[in-house]
Amino acid sequence: MSVSTELRRLRAGRATTRPTSDRSAYGFLSPWLIGLVVITAGPIVASLVLSFTDYNLLQDPSWIGLDNFRRMLSDDRLRQSLWVTFVYVVLGVPLQLGLALAIAVLLNRGMRGLALYRSVLYLPSLLGGSVAVAILWRQIFGTEGLINQVLGFVGIEGIGWISDPRTALYSIIALHVWTFGAPMVIFLAGLRQIPASYYEAAVVDGAGRWQVFRHITLPLITPIIFFNLVLQIISAFQAFTQAFIVSGGTGGPSDSTLFFTLYLYEKGFGELDMGYAAALAWLLLLIIGVFTAINFYAARFWVFYDD
Amino acid sequence: MTTDTARAGDVRTTSGPPPGERRRPADRGRRRKSLVKHLVLTAACLLMIYPLAWMVVSSLRPEGEVFRQTGLLLTDPRPENYERGWNALRYPFGHYLLNSLAVVVFSIVGNLVSCSMAAYAFARQEFRGRKLLFAIMLVSIMLPLHVVIVPQYILFSELGWVNTLLPLVLPKFLATDAFFVFLMVQFIRGIPRELDEAARIDGAGHVAIFTRIILPLLVPALATTAIFTFIWTWNDFFTPLIYLTSPDAYTVPVALRSFVDSQGATSWGALFAMSVLSLLPVFIAFLIGQRLLVRGIATTGLK
Repeated sequence: MSVSTELRRLRAGRATTRPTSDRSAYGFLSPWLIGLVVITAGPIVASLVLSFTDYNLLQDPSWIGLDNFRRMLSDDRLRQSLWVTFVYVVLGVPLQLGLALAIAVLLNRGMRGLALYRSVLYLPSLLGGSVAVAILWRQIFGTEGLINQVLGFVGIEGIGWISDPRTALYSIIALHVWTFGAPMVIFLAGLRQIPASYYEAAVVDGAGRWQVFRHITLPLITPIIFFNLVLQIISAFQAFTQAFIVSGGTGGPSDSTLFFTLYLYEKGFGELDMGYAAALAWLLLLIIGVFTAINFYAARFWVFYDD
Repeated sequence: MTTDTARAGDVRTTSGPPPGERRRPADRGRRRKSLVKHLVLTAACLLMIYPLAWMVVSSLRPEGEVFRQTGLLLTDPRPENYERGWNALRYPFGHYLLNSLAVVVFSIVGNLVSCSMAAYAFARQEFRGRKLLFAIMLVSIMLPLHVVIVPQYILFSELGWVNTLLPLVLPKFLATDAFFVFLMVQFIRGIPRELDEAARIDGAGHVAIFTRIILPLLVPALATTAIFTFIWTWNDFFTPLIYLTSPDAYTVPVALRSFVDSQGATSWGALFAMSVLSLLPVFIAFLIGQRLLVRGIATTGLK
């Protein structure tokens, strides 16, 4: 294929001008380079080209200019899916990270059973992305689910959390918060980097627990909060499995769990509207890019670097 | 003790009574605080684990009790749900487990080989465009899969690879999980360069240095990669959902999904049973490798 010839040409060209280590390095890199071209970078460009076409896999793509993007402006379901995803990101990420930080600070003082607590709290974040746990969630938050049974003991009649459009999204956000273990482990590792002498000095100066947290722990941990925030926002924009399983693939009830990725999947792989799906994919990339850029810009005002 | 705030692990290694031991009242207050903390944490752990434990217990109860029993007490465990769930779909559930196993095994091999090679080049070799390529590699870690999935699908379907394992496995041999390249670069940077130099003086080339010096020392990072690849690939739903449309090729998550669709809420017991079965390998991987998992995300998370 064209990629391999290009790579050969690249390497042949180098061989005349550069010492052998160059060639050897590209040899080691070759799987990654091929992957970059064929699996990653090529498809990104192809995606951009496709976004200006109408394509359904069966006929050749036809160039329609900006029509797909014009269509977005009046697409109500797209607007809904953006809103759902936005709510999920804006609520889910801070709640998850806040809980992760709180528990990490609680765990950090050399306490008995630390390793056990950490393991138990970490486990859900390994399982949370699975279909099996999404199925479990579907039962727990169902009309006759575990939550409503427990509520029944105290005489409250619960609602169908996932069949009610007002609450369905929040049950999926709850699942996201439940997986706080992974950022918690990152926080724990970060907390351990803070020199003990800082705390000694603060205690000598008579600082209380809250003051120590507010003026020592928190500023020193901001780079890690920032790192977690960037990564979690990016991955939250791509959430798919939980909403897909909980809503039975529809994004319902009444589109209340229509995550952006679900809509993209429906357009691209349900309706084979590949051109529009490619345009949606680029929209997602732009949105994630803008959020990440804002994150990096805002970081100047609150992230504290010790060195 | 007032200094224990920062170092969770080191404190217990110091011998003898801690310096604050003599101040009795403060000590008692601290002990009470610590008790409260343990209670809070234990409650949090129970709350976190309860749904999972309840699913396991429910899968062993007679059908129909799933909606009546909220407790974890299991007086008479029954395997019927497992029998029914195993045979509920077109193929016995073992078929899907084997499909998943095949994907996982090839993915692990692919990631180990391709990511370690790329990591060696980035960490130890000089070449034109290194900085730019390294930056591209870092950015690609954060790249959403959805941006590339449409053209990727078109490519793989043109090649006639839909309903084969190739679209799931081949990318792993091309180091597309750049996260692991990064993890291994970090690790290789920690290996003393003197070892490379010594080998080079003895006449070793890059291939020999990579296979005889770096790879053996890289084993912890390789193990971390293997275990994360295992868990992520095993759980992966989006990619198989797109590429595997015939039941013959289903991996476990797609099979479970079709189980939900076909049975709906009519047989939670059997559904739970197969769900538990699908989580079991991840749970075992977690038990075996939790040290590696924790260290893996802690180190890549920090730097």
